[in-house]
Amino acid sequence: MLGLRPLRRDRTAVAFGALFVVIVALCLAAPLYARDVAHTGPNANHVTDTVRVGGKAEDVVSPDGIPIGPTWHGRFLLGADQNGRDIAVRLLYGGRNSLEVGAIATFITMALATLLGITAGYYRGAFDGVTSRGLDLIWAYPVPLLGIALGTSLALGGLNLGLFTLSGNSLLVPALIIGFVYIPYVAKPVRAQVLGMREREFVEAARSLGASNRRIIFHEILPNAASTVIVFAPLILANAILLEAGLSYLGAGVQPPNPSWGTMIGDGIGLLPSSIHMTLVPGAMLVLAVLGINVLGDGVRDALDPHTSARVPH
Amino acid sequence: MARFIVRRIASMIAVLFAISVLTFLIFQAIPNGDPAQRLAGRTSTPETVAAIRRTWGFDKPVYDQYLLTMEHVFKGDIVSYTQQVNVEQEIVQDLPPTLSLAIGAGIIWLVLGVALGLLTAARAGGLVDRGLTVLALVGVSVPVFLLGAVLLYVLAYEVPVFPNGGYVGLTADPLQWLWHMILPWAALSALFIGVYSRVLRANVLDTMSEDFVRTARAKGLSRRRVLVRHVLRSSIIPIVALWGLDFAATIGGGAILTESVFNLHGVGQYAAQSIGQLDVPPVLVIVMFGSFFVVVMSALTDIAFAVIDPRIRLA
Repeated sequence: MLGLRPLRRDRTAVAFGALFVVIVALCLAAPLYARDVAHTGPNANHVTDTVRVGGKAEDVVSPDGIPIGPTWHGRFLLGADQNGRDIAVRLLYGGRNSLEVGAIATFITMALATLLGITAGYYRGAFDGVTSRGLDLIWAYPVPLLGIALGTSLALGGLNLGLFTLSGNSLLVPALIIGFVYIPYVAKPVRAQVLGMREREFVEAARSLGASNRRIIFHEILPNAASTVIVFAPLILANAILLEAGLSYLGAGVQPPNPSWGTMIGDGIGLLPSSIHMTLVPGAMLVLAVLGINVLGDGVRDALDPHTSARVPH
Repeated sequence: MARFIVRRIASMIAVLFAISVLTFLIFQAIPNGDPAQRLAGRTSTPETVAAIRRTWGFDKPVYDQYLLTMEHVFKGDIVSYTQQVNVEQEIVQDLPPTLSLAIGAGIIWLVLGVALGLLTAARAGGLVDRGLTVLALVGVSVPVFLLGAVLLYVLAYEVPVFPNGGYVGLTADPLQWLWHMILPWAALSALFIGVYSRVLRANVLDTMSEDFVRTARAKGLSRRRVLVRHVLRSSIIPIVALWGLDFAATIGGGAILTESVFNLHGVGQYAAQSIGQLDVPPVLVIVMFGSFFVVVMSALTDIAFAVIDPRIRLA
């Protein structure tokens, strides 16, 4: 894409983007690490096991319930948690879950918000009225409250929409919720932009040439709204990962025993101050991943649209 | 102006109504969430469950239950399912910590956000700008509960300077109040300072290229005076709007994570607890309370805009 060319010269953005890609690659390699290095799974329990550190055997979880810290060796490289599970393995599998939830949520937000924003802004009238009021409704609902209300409800009951059923511990549940919550923050600016765009000469020209509404939307409006949408995508991804962590910390996101960065940080905070590694390890990974997306997204924004100040609440 | 206010109030009521229905329905959808069963307790006979269902009105159709609940909300005598205490009194009790958190953090993030935004814009492209920009991005990338937990670990456990969470009333002991609030304020405002300074920086840079700024410089005003008196005045408007909304959301239970990690017993923590226990009445009231603030604040900022900037028409 021509507009993205300045991004390549933005070395900071490229470096942090690369950091994010490395984290994604590491998380995708989780099964390899689990099988060949750690020799255990993400949910395997080793409470009563011992591990050899510097030649002598140590309990994975001490008799008074304190898990071992980082061993810096293949087994329990980054320590264990209160159930004697290998944190490094859970970190990678948890990253897969966090990133998967974030990616699906971002896809849902971007797709629905673009669709709603463009159609509402283009057709105006009653459809716009209903859509805008609906968006205002979600928007007035404090984000974390809506997230945990939906999260708790769906985690207990699952989702049942006739043909489409989801069990409560499915990863799609937090992904759907997060994707839904952020829709107005993208749809409103897109709608505002399209409202202005539909009066511009190039749309008028297309219309006077006899183009259908569908053609105008897909060939005139959508390409021109694309940069707004692209600017929002990394922002939504970063916030979706953060919201997943917050929801999981409160027990309304990814359900145990499935790991995610948020559930792992939550487990760690529960055991403070004795086992700080349980908080810091997933916390550092989460911050690095989100920072990578944010710096990259900043570069994308500078390259595409220096005038937008896009913002999404946590 | 009068017409605008009437219209705004009408749409406010509509939004609040819709939000209350939505919240009610979210919890109705839970299949095993029969509140009568939970009110009766584990060792209950089917007869007592049925009796509770009748007296609380759980056997009525959903819309009747909704109306009944809302009637209690407006009369101020709605009780929670689990503790069976008056929800509104409970919220009033939880307000001081939430207000302390929101007001203190709100002032900190507004002042520091504006100061850092101005500083980075004045030094755009320089070392200070780049350093602070990275710091701002780190600020928006750290989850507030992680920052809070690490702050508590370092400054309340390793080096015990501050207390380990909890809340002390302002009137009970002002010094202890301040001591307990410093870490929560720091954790909550870190994120917002990052956001605000960056939004302001972008606005200031945008405004600096406008004609009136060139005119002001041309008539001999100093850079500093132009920046503070002319540029800041027009670029601070969106910041005020943001602040109104974020502040409202924080008061209305939006600081759930901060309140939980510092154990402040505020409105947000009450909401989190009630949601965990599937206790609908408190959640319903807190959500309506929170969105009420958001809607009122957005109307107020619209009016404030028109006062600050006469070019804006109220439609």
